[in-house]
Amino acid sequence: MTTLSELPVNTITTKDLWMHAHRQMVRIRLFEEQVNELYTRALMPGLAHLYVGEEAIAVGICEALDKEDYVTSTHRGHGHCLAKGASPDLMFAELLGKEAGYCRGKGGSMHIADPATGNLGANAIVGGSMGIATGAAFSAKHLKNGRVAACFFGEGALGQGLFYEELNLAQLWKLPVIYVCENNLYNEYTHYSETTAGDICARATAFGVKAETVDGQDLRAVYTTAKQLIDRARAGEGPAFLMCNTYRYTGHHVGDINREYYRSKQEEQEWKSTRDPIKLHVEWLIRENLADAATCDAVEAEVREEMKAAVEFAIAASYPGPEEVEKHVYA
Amino acid sequence: MPDTSTRELTFAQAVREALAEEMRLDARVCILGEDVAEAGTPFKVLSGLVEEFGTDRVLDTPISEAGFTGIAVGAAMTGLRPVVDIMFGDFLTLTMDQMVNQAAKIHYMSGGKWRVPMVLRTTLGASRRSAAQHSQSLHAWLSHVPGLKVVIPSTPYDAKGLLKTAIRDENPVVFFEDKMMHHKLKGPVPTGEYTIPFGVADVKRVGTDITLVATSSMVQVALGAADMLAEVGISAEVVDPRTMWPLDEKTLIESAKKTSRAIVIDEGYGRYGVTAELASVISEGAFYHLDGPVIRMGAMHVPIPFSPPLEDLTVPTEKTLFAAAQKLCSKS
Ligand SMILES: Cc1ncc(C[n+]2csc(CCOP(=O)(O)OP(=O)(O)O)c2C)c(N)n1
Repeated sequence: MTTLSELPVNTITTKDLWMHAHRQMVRIRLFEEQVNELYTRALMPGLAHLYVGEEAIAVGICEALDKEDYVTSTHRGHGHCLAKGASPDLMFAELLGKEAGYCRGKGGSMHIADPATGNLGANAIVGGSMGIATGAAFSAKHLKNGRVAACFFGEGALGQGLFYEELNLAQLWKLPVIYVCENNLYNEYTHYSETTAGDICARATAFGVKAETVDGQDLRAVYTTAKQLIDRARAGEGPAFLMCNTYRYTGHHVGDINREYYRSKQEEQEWKSTRDPIKLHVEWLIRENLADAATCDAVEAEVREEMKAAVEFAIAASYPGPEEVEKHVYA
Repeated sequence: MPDTSTRELTFAQAVREALAEEMRLDARVCILGEDVAEAGTPFKVLSGLVEEFGTDRVLDTPISEAGFTGIAVGAAMTGLRPVVDIMFGDFLTLTMDQMVNQAAKIHYMSGGKWRVPMVLRTTLGASRRSAAQHSQSLHAWLSHVPGLKVVIPSTPYDAKGLLKTAIRDENPVVFFEDKMMHHKLKGPVPTGEYTIPFGVADVKRVGTDITLVATSSMVQVALGAADMLAEVGISAEVVDPRTMWPLDEKTLIESAKKTSRAIVIDEGYGRYGVTAELASVISEGAFYHLDGPVIRMGAMHVPIPFSPPLEDLTVPTEKTLFAAAQKLCSKS
């Protein structure tokens, strides 16, 4: 596993990149703060799966991708959508089922899709988007447009057979796809060690797929490793598997309050206090003289305003009319 | 002058010609499936395509139905028009998440932003002594799902025209071919370009006393039964919906109104099958014109057995259809 201290200094590209990445992580965190708020105020229908604690993965990967590159996401997908460039106002509108939302209110939290940012869609079937991401890589190769697809999924999806079919096909056909496994330790309410036999990365290497493991709390480690794998895929060298070790701070979904039966408060506290991706990145920015505490505070204040305005937009937006229900069943 | 000449093609030749023509017209069309390239599928439906279009466009896949169907979904969303070949319709079960939860829903869930213009070609039909895992007709399953279009042609002419439409369609289309028809059924196919729109039923034989609504292989059965009925003085009209969805309700209802009797016949299982849907459409639309209940005939509610005399019992035949039609006509 690559750690912060092991990273060579020349991996520090530009100040702009690291500051942008910082802002993106803060946007995800504060977006989720508002989701929690909307959900607990009973303004948000359905389910809310928060990404808090895992921000460095979405941001590290998406900063390494180009705008035209593709991503697929999961039920815990707000972070991936934002990191790929989605706009929070249209996302909140979607979460509230409003017509102004990304999917006209028909997709909701678990289905946000946005062709403008290469987002092929979040997916409520665990492992369900592995074919779609691989297919996007297939067409990128076929159309020679130089694009890469990144497929985000939790370690729970390692149980799905589709994953192994796609690894086999992607490696056979040398498709430009990066499978990003976010191992936050729990498949819903079950520790992954109870569901996942053997060595995780060996699953990929058995197919000849290049596999790397990174500390998913370490933005720079995720970014630098992702960049290498993406460049490699773009150059026609084939798919890769990137295992990111991480932790979700809150419940499986917002209503998952009493978690003691599957994990301890102490464990949660340890991750939050010692492994927080935003804190670690800010400390590094300051240490390297790329920013001071005041700049970072200012970013947070600006993002807070952005999120507040976005929520207001979504609350004020109208619901789709009844004529919408039968639209878009067929193209 | 448009070319109006025709020649006799087998069902398989018509399918191959549709694919070849569309692949020549549109570089985005590619074929994915098991043994589709040099082998041209075990049924030899695709023979010759890889020689013309190369292995970049006719791709042999691993035995991985969910895997390559999923790839087709993603590829369709991002600029290609893949045609997936699922050797036996029974293996559709392995593609269900990709077809039902992904392909069918993506346009709707994205509020119309993404499209999935793909075709899944597969087979249906018993009577090959292939037993329970190679004989099913599962088109009812996919017709049940909003977001999918389902095509079920019964002649080489229809197969070619409908497959071309399917490839050009912006939606996921499932295309069912009876494996017994591939090389056994021949028919006239125009030399020139044509397509057949979805949602338009075809009256295969005009009649006045009873409507036989038949799909796929059952169209030939219905035409045979209609000959037998003619001998006993009963004039049967044979209507083929051609697409399960969109469904041409109007033609079915008009025909039943005209004849006042209807039998719906299909090779899928009778229970909860497409016959239930078609019979219900006719009953609702033509109730006061009917002289009796709409009769449904489908496969027996058993796994298709291997033993020839047993298998032959499971699917409707000319004889059983003739008997049912004669009974319905004599009652009223
Ligand atoms: C195919 C499928 N089975 C079960 C579920 C119910 N479910 C939703 S999330 C989840 C756990 C997923 O765990 P993981 O993949 O590790 O992702 P995480 O929630 O940790 O991000 C389950 C079982 C589902 N959505 N899809």
